Amino acid sequence: MGARYTFGGDEHIFVEVENEMSLSAFFKSLSITNAVRDSKITGVTEICPANASFQIKFNPDQIASDDLMAELKRLEAQAGDGTDGSLKTRIIEIPVYYQDPWTHETLMRFRERHQDPKATDIEYAARINDFKTVEEFIEAHSGSPWFVSMVGFVAGLPFLYQMVERQRQIQVPKYLRPRTDTPKLTVGYGGCFSCIYSVRGAGGYQMFGVTPMPIYDPTQKTSYLKDFMCLFRPGDIVKWKPINREQYDQALADVEANRFEPVIRDVDFSLADFQKGIPAYNRKLLEVLK
Amino acid sequence: MTIKVIQPGLATTIQDLGRPGYYHLGIPLSGGMDRLALRSANMLVGNDEGAAVLEAVFMGPELEFTQDATVAVTGADMPIKLDGELRDGWTSFKVKKGQILSFDYLKTGARIYIAVSGGIDVPLALGSRSTYAIGAFGGLNGRPIQAGDELPVGKASGAKEGRSVAENMRRKPGATAELRALPGLYWHRITEQSGKNFFDDTWKVAPEADRMGYRFRGGRSLEFVDREPPFGAGSDPSNIVDGCYPYGSIQVPGGTEPIVLHRDAVSGGGYFMVGTVISADMDLIGQLQPHTSAKFIKVDMEGALKARHDRQALLDRIRASLA
Repeated sequence: MGARYTFGGDEHIFVEVENEMSLSAFFKSLSITNAVRDSKITGVTEICPANASFQIKFNPDQIASDDLMAELKRLEAQAGDGTDGSLKTRIIEIPVYYQDPWTHETLMRFRERHQDPKATDIEYAARINDFKTVEEFIEAHSGSPWFVSMVGFVAGLPFLYQMVERQRQIQVPKYLRPRTDTPKLTVGYGGCFSCIYSVRGAGGYQMFGVTPMPIYDPTQKTSYLKDFMCLFRPGDIVKWKPINREQYDQALADVEANRFEPVIRDVDFSLADFQKGIPAYNRKLLEVLK
Repeated sequence: MTIKVIQPGLATTIQDLGRPGYYHLGIPLSGGMDRLALRSANMLVGNDEGAAVLEAVFMGPELEFTQDATVAVTGADMPIKLDGELRDGWTSFKVKKGQILSFDYLKTGARIYIAVSGGIDVPLALGSRSTYAIGAFGGLNGRPIQAGDELPVGKASGAKEGRSVAENMRRKPGATAELRALPGLYWHRITEQSGKNFFDDTWKVAPEADRMGYRFRGGRSLEFVDREPPFGAGSDPSNIVDGCYPYGSIQVPGGTEPIVLHRDAVSGGGYFMVGTVISADMDLIGQLQPHTSAKFIKVDMEGALKARHDRQALLDRIRASLA
């Protein structure tokens, strides 16, 4: 099935590659938006890939909306079905203190907005995904790598999609009504996506834990955010690393002294090879972190 | 020179024409919500149209000038006072060192733009001086101004007083605001009857109305076309696999209260959208107070582009009148 094209007013074209999430839809969105960027089309002002869709903002005084639409369709045809996608990217290890006291305090304040007020968010997520224990659930969440399939909502916030077979994907509904508060750097979950809240604020995703590692720094003082204030780009790969309180406190002290060194490695990803045997491919991919 | 902030108003921020190019990382355009008023204020005091100004919402600040300057205030109708004496809106006037600029209660509209000859001269952040408070950067320390702040002002080009934008070139919202919108995006998710209701109903601006977006209440709830939820979208019929949100897009979480995203938009999320308010009517939203009645008016692309060109022609007339 081809992508669905629609105008967002007189300044945007919105393209739904697929109405459901899949790695191939994400790769297609990424490859078309890369092609749009390379084409340097006059009048295009923003190129935004998303999970299974993308959006182009343009100035209709510089390019006619129908001409741009035709050009995007041409680039889509050229991009193919996205399944042969290969990508030079980075793999980033993110330490996570699951079931930390701060997200716990926050989730307790908003119990009346939750599907299961008697359980914590992670207990609820483990149960509805048929895990016997929270520990098994954490193993599943942190065992396989994730694609950053979109950056947005607010500044620098990554949406992450787990690189496992669909039947192994974790799915958790969002809160019944959004919270008015979420601690900064909360590791969250909604639908089939994990996320990291880059700033404190409202949110509807379930809260599993917190990372000590800054991912957004508008002051650009953090050593690895000097070049740009946001860490993530669509196409980055993430591996969660469970840590305990002691490791969390140590990492936080390192962050505060600005000597925290994130583990970031360059990798080549091939979607075709990945789909031939996912567990074996992931094992090989994660070797660079050792 | 600097301007001393005696009282900040409610949420007064430094804004220019914004920072395009970072929406794919969740960093929105920002900038003045009523861009025509912002441009006009700058033209009146001899600045570049995109110089940084103060945008104040519902309530004006109280400011003390440490040097002589030329000032103009545009946008909402809010009585302007210099050392207690009234000054005209949309008209440049001189301010002497030590004088205090203040405001009376808002009459109509929502946001005023205070331009000072030379422009507010805070450092550029990603190419713009606009405040993006959610991301804590831009403007002055990434936040609205506070009492005690000293706002740096750039070098003035020597603007005259008494320059004015003619009354017939200042657009004000009518009793019922008409927001023209192009249906699209996930329009197919609602029934034909709901689509008709959406444009027939009269809505009211909800109290949740800010730089990120405006919420509307009072119209009938939307009914959805049945579907099997797509993988990753979520079970609510108003959910989609999280995607990008256009500026001006109209999302309707749960099908009940439409939210129109504005200059500090969240860049994406998991709610479907019925269409997009056209670029020509974005300024108007910035001048709506809570409880104002509003209707969405259906237009096609041709209508949207005609409105856009009319808006540009108006801006050109203002430019010509002040040249």
